[in-house]
Amino acid sequence: MILADFLLAQPWFVWLILLPLGGAASTFVLPRRVAPIGFCCALLILAGAVFSVCQLAATGSLTQAAGHWSAPLGIVLRADGLAVVMLATTAGVGFIISCYALGYFPARGHEPSRARYFWPLWLFVWAGCNALYVSADLFNLYVTLEIVTLAAVALTALEGGAPAVGAALRYLLTSLVGSLTYLAGVALLYAGWGTVDLSLLSQVLTEDPLSRTAMALMICGLLLKSALFPLHFWLPPAHGKAPAPVSAILSALVVKTAYVVLLRLWFEVFASFDRAMTAHLLGALGSAAIIWGSLMALRQERLKLLIAYSTVAQIGYLFLVFPLAGAETAATVWTAVILFMVAHACGKAAMFLVAGTIQQTAGHDRISQMAGAGGPIGVLAVVFALASVTIIGLPPSGGFFAKWLLLNAALATGQWWYCPVILTGSLLAAAYVTRVLSWAFLDVRRNVCPVSSRVMKWPPLALCLVALLLGLAAYGPVRVALTGAPVTGHVLVEQRP
Amino acid sequence: MNNALLLLAILSSSLIPGLIIFTLPEPALRLRTTCNMAGVLTKLVLVGVLFQRVYQGTLPELRVPVLPGMELLLHADSLSLLFLGLSAGLWLLTTVYAIGYLEGSPHRSRFFGFFSLCIFATTGIALAGDLVTFLIFYELLTLSTYPLVVHRGTPQALQAGRIYLAYTLAGGALLLFATVWLRSLAGPLNFASAGILFTLDASLHADLSLIFLLLIAALGVKAALVPLHSWLPTAMVAPAPVSALLHAVAVVKAGAFGIIRVIHGVYGVEFSMTLGLLPPLAFLAVFTSLYGSVQALRQNDLKRRLAFSTVSQISYIILGIALGGPAAAIGGLVHLVHQGLMKITLFFCAGNLAETLQIHKISDMAGVGRRMPWTMSAFTLSALGMIGLPPLVGFVSKWYLGFGALEVGQSWIVVFLVVSTLLNAGYFLPLIYRAWFMAPQGRRNEDWPEKNGLETDWTLLFPPLVTAALVLLLGLWAQAPFSPLYWVQLIVLREYGQ
Repeated sequence: MILADFLLAQPWFVWLILLPLGGAASTFVLPRRVAPIGFCCALLILAGAVFSVCQLAATGSLTQAAGHWSAPLGIVLRADGLAVVMLATTAGVGFIISCYALGYFPARGHEPSRARYFWPLWLFVWAGCNALYVSADLFNLYVTLEIVTLAAVALTALEGGAPAVGAALRYLLTSLVGSLTYLAGVALLYAGWGTVDLSLLSQVLTEDPLSRTAMALMICGLLLKSALFPLHFWLPPAHGKAPAPVSAILSALVVKTAYVVLLRLWFEVFASFDRAMTAHLLGALGSAAIIWGSLMALRQERLKLLIAYSTVAQIGYLFLVFPLAGAETAATVWTAVILFMVAHACGKAAMFLVAGTIQQTAGHDRISQMAGAGGPIGVLAVVFALASVTIIGLPPSGGFFAKWLLLNAALATGQWWYCPVILTGSLLAAAYVTRVLSWAFLDVRRNVCPVSSRVMKWPPLALCLVALLLGLAAYGPVRVALTGAPVTGHVLVEQRP
Repeated sequence: MNNALLLLAILSSSLIPGLIIFTLPEPALRLRTTCNMAGVLTKLVLVGVLFQRVYQGTLPELRVPVLPGMELLLHADSLSLLFLGLSAGLWLLTTVYAIGYLEGSPHRSRFFGFFSLCIFATTGIALAGDLVTFLIFYELLTLSTYPLVVHRGTPQALQAGRIYLAYTLAGGALLLFATVWLRSLAGPLNFASAGILFTLDASLHADLSLIFLLLIAALGVKAALVPLHSWLPTAMVAPAPVSALLHAVAVVKAGAFGIIRVIHGVYGVEFSMTLGLLPPLAFLAVFTSLYGSVQALRQNDLKRRLAFSTVSQISYIILGIALGGPAAAIGGLVHLVHQGLMKITLFFCAGNLAETLQIHKISDMAGVGRRMPWTMSAFTLSALGMIGLPPLVGFVSKWYLGFGALEVGQSWIVVFLVVSTLLNAGYFLPLIYRAWFMAPQGRRNEDWPEKNGLETDWTLLFPPLVTAALVLLLGLWAQAPFSPLYWVQLIVLREYGQ
């Protein structure tokens, strides 16, 4: 009992920031032990995330003032439902990616330097993500966003060589433009209202040209960073050229950080503004992203680029939330978006990891040469298929119920035209996934491939199963996600006349 | 055993063997067979227990909350058991048949794994207690049958798989949309025999009619209603046990069963009549039936002819439901089982011809009855049943359909039944004549070697003989306790209360 009280009283989400930071720092001290240190960190973070979920379920949202300095002056950290779900998702996905990276970057292989750079950078990304989720003020969000971006850019360039460095540079420049635009918005708000705290701002903010300009700037910056069509140009090369674990980190986690900031702005800071036009614009861009990204994915010849374009399409779904969030449907879309982010993080990470293993076993990732993958790649084809179930949005995956809720919100708010977009996106996703999978069923004789290590085969399967069964076990996560959420109402909306 | 636990056990009796089989290495033949048969037999026993409970009036159910305000509902009523019993029984025979049919071919662990998953999904469809649960298992069925359709791994098989997925996934998307729409109008969509929508406001009736149209279009893809049937003949490249399963138990039947659930469980017969939704559906069924028969006449490939025959026969089920009267409903529902028995026999026999003698075309079938008398006897019996010859099961279905049509005053249906019967005879009788009475062309009996004194492997011969015997016996003793007809009468009695 005392132990339980003690455990519940711990600010676990603060530990989740400090742990990876400490781990990253200690890898500099002990450069030969990077992999064990990184893996231990991953394990501890996973445990910490479990604790913080339990804590949230038991006590509700928590806030923690850093150094006991409260809001206007100090830094306030806040673990609400959204933050904790994202912490837990990042911990789960990150743990699996860490397992996989043990095999992908062998410490005693040809290039030990890659492992030496990967682990500290990955831990920095992780710390940045965790800090971002629990940040409760605009400036802190900016800082954490920058930590994530800079570490992620360095990870992208890990492969070396001109194409990877080129992609990383493009990613860096685009991201910096995005960050600066966002920062300009923050500066305007601070100049106008004298605070950057989210909840304080939402109370004092009134709608005037200054705050509207700030909103526009911040949203534009975040759109660039979250790669919404047509600002997605930097994403496919960066995600396609990076090593597989890095692609998984970027697609599953990093892209969502900017989006989480956007959610916080939209539902808290600017909640009282008249944003109908902006919402429709975001919805239109999201729809275009779904269609365009899927069509481009259909045309790719390389597996990793296909998956990267699939990410472009999937990001589009996240932006349908803004027009669909009406007075009654706010809780619906909130639940939808959280289910979607969790399912996509698991499914997409698994897809990239599998693609990496296929690339290592087969020596390339050309889709047309994957024929007859029933042999050594057979297991991988199955894992890929399972991961794609949630990307397509078929039951019982989390993606299915997310799409269900989006459709429900579209019908309840009378914006039926989003329904064909959502469904077409699903069908196109099925088409590009089938393109890959049908090669696996083609019966041809194949050359003998080297057998890949176990850590590169089985961990992705765990992610697939989570994504696949999330729909059936969504009740708990949804309850957690709605704790302290800035939305009210029923999750499933009925419109009886 | 606890009621809810029983439902779970029935579901897992096909899921767990399937998952185990995936992990088995290719050469582990005995272990795989044991696993398969253990699942099949466990399931039969459990379904037997469930039959007894439902007969006595307990309706087991199991609820699992998935979202705040939404739960998955598994529920066994007499209608679920009709479909469940069919799939459990025919799973046994198809498994025996598939073990013999695929002997020595590659990727058998993959095949039997997905085969079990397919039955798992079918079981879920039978036990689904609301439209959302139904939708989930319906989509799982699509996913688990795709690998079976493309099992051969040839470019044609992959092409057929693509067409199959394109049709069924588009249907699935439509079904999802219609279900979300209906649920956002009406709340939880638990199946109830009188329907659940008649309480809704009259201003919604236009929306409800449109949703009905969408639902029928979505389910009509799997039920192969014209013009959504084209995937079915293409999918004939699959191995024979898969075709048998697709046509008699799983996919096509799932579509038909879905339409039954929509009309009898969600909309309710009376309410659908009020909205005027059933007559157009009956017309569509009649048209599909005639179109399928006419197309079947034109096929030379045996399996393709059987496929078009399925298109024609499934619409009898839809027709029986769409007529709206109790006797017609008996005819339609009982055809769900009867068509399954006859069609699975026909596909088993077609598979035997292809596997033993490499005969795929009808033009090559001359004299084949002398070489494979048992197979061809089973084939003939089922084909005559399809035509509707008394006392076979097909006659029982058609009798109730005709009687039901007269009961609701639609006498033109009787004319349709006569025409359809003539067409059925038109595409089956020449085939039977060719097999029994024409001399083999350019071949002698010595060219067709026998195996161990049997005309083909016993695993291939035994299943069609059993189903053919059932086609005869269930026709002769149609009113026997626990025959399909008896059970269907029980369903209709419980529903119409007469």
